[in-house]
Amino acid sequence: MTLINRHQWTRNRDHLLSIGFPIFLVALWELTVSLKWLDPRFFPAPSTVGNALWNLIAKGELLGPFWLLPEKIRAGEWQGALKVLGEGHLWISLFRIFAGFLLGAIPGIILGVMMGMNRTIRVALDPVISAIYVLPKIAILPLVMLIFGIGEISKIVIVSVASFFLVLINTTAGVRDIEPIFFEAGYNYGASRWQMFNHVIIPGALPIIFTGLRLSLGTALIVIIAAEFVAAKHGLGYLIWFSWQTLLTENMFAGLVVIMILGAIFTRGLQVIEKWLMPWQREERLTPSDLSVVKSESV
Amino acid sequence: MSVKIQAIGVTKTYSSPKELVYALNDFNLEVEEGEFLCIVGPSGCGKSTFLRILGGLIKPTSGEVTLIPGKDNVPLQNMVFQEYALFPWKTVMDNVGFGLQIRGFSRRERREISLEWLRKVGLLKFADSYPHQLSGGMKQRVSIARAFANNPEILLMDEPLGALDAQTRIVLQEELIRLWESLRKTVVYITHSIEEAILLGDRIVLMTAYPGTKKSEFLVPFKRPRDFAITSAPEFGQLTYSIWQDLQGEVRKTLEKQ
Repeated sequence: MTLINRHQWTRNRDHLLSIGFPIFLVALWELTVSLKWLDPRFFPAPSTVGNALWNLIAKGELLGPFWLLPEKIRAGEWQGALKVLGEGHLWISLFRIFAGFLLGAIPGIILGVMMGMNRTIRVALDPVISAIYVLPKIAILPLVMLIFGIGEISKIVIVSVASFFLVLINTTAGVRDIEPIFFEAGYNYGASRWQMFNHVIIPGALPIIFTGLRLSLGTALIVIIAAEFVAAKHGLGYLIWFSWQTLLTENMFAGLVVIMILGAIFTRGLQVIEKWLMPWQREERLTPSDLSVVKSESV
Repeated sequence: MSVKIQAIGVTKTYSSPKELVYALNDFNLEVEEGEFLCIVGPSGCGKSTFLRILGGLIKPTSGEVTLIPGKDNVPLQNMVFQEYALFPWKTVMDNVGFGLQIRGFSRRERREISLEWLRKVGLLKFADSYPHQLSGGMKQRVSIARAFANNPEILLMDEPLGALDAQTRIVLQEELIRLWESLRKTVVYITHSIEEAILLGDRIVLMTAYPGTKKSEFLVPFKRPRDFAITSAPEFGQLTYSIWQDLQGEVRKTLEKQ
């Protein structure tokens, strides 16, 4: 085989494996349930879960009665359109995640840059932040609800607190990680404070800031589901919790599937944004295990 | 010719827990306008420290450094770093146009000037590449183009070719001679290569080791325009040898101290 052919073959095989194996697992699950090896009350078959998901959408529970949307928009009733979406568990959770994420990440980046650049601020704040950082954010939900009540604000606040610290810590690390030579080049070419921020600090720290954003979006998902378990009447977390309490396990699984899809979309979306924002990042290199594959094939 | 750079009694100390370390001690230097001055010294003699003081990146502990501006609307000095210091997040073209961007040139002007300089260093087709896609020699070409494109009165070069392999080095030395001879800017060039100093410079200043101060000075007799051919002249070898004779004691001192 030529080298190109071998690469092509490796890639085809990887594609096949990455799609085929999950399908195999789902099929295995379906089979074991239909053979009654698994109790369908606890582990409903994938087909049952799919059906339940479809029902949740059709009844407007997951996405709200979205079929009313075109009519509302045509009538110009934006308030009504929002209300329609507000009835869907998915949209409610998404709103909480993104509102909290933005409210946490933006101040996190700003304070992170300040901490990265200024020794005084860093030394003063570091112990406080380290102390709060290790606290599981969901543990302060009661405190947050004490301050902000049991309404929507509490859920957004808890997500933003979780996002804030992750973005803050990573931004600080990102700024500290910039090679001093880039600051020297900036100074030598007469960059002002703002130009330094724009041309050196932000692009220099961006890869690690993005690590923070990725981590905090994942944490936001965890925190919001946990908060909705205990303190909500809407949202994906509520859907799962309520389905469990009423023993509608297929709805519970449907909720889990939606969260998995959400997680996958978040990850992929961030990757796309990352590629677009940081075109200078090197293409992924082969990891040692990949190299061993190449080696064993060439023998 | 008028004096462009004047350094009087420049001293730089660093305090370590045990003692006061002198990086530079009472260093004096004058550089004429349009002169290519090379500073040669053993490693750790403070020659880079001196260049950083000239470049405004660090302040001397005592003594005075004056760069005398001549023209309006052009920057006084720019540095070329040994580590290239190209911004990995900017394309080659944007790196070359960085100084112009900082000075508020329009996108079109920047593009025009950057591409012109990339053409001069033979990297026009890499304008849209990122630095990590270039070899060391190409990176240093971009870094030199960045300094020249900003059109400063003085160029400060800190061992710009030090990290390159011997053959790439010769190519870049010749390119540098060609660029400099067409513009005749004031240059302070740090190197640890005696041959490079003779090939490029009008005058060579030797530095002592620990603490760095001026040891002696050599005028380079070769006429311009120059190229690598002068290295085969007997005078080249003689000058190299007499500089080495003067310098070797300092280099040995450095080695013994380590």
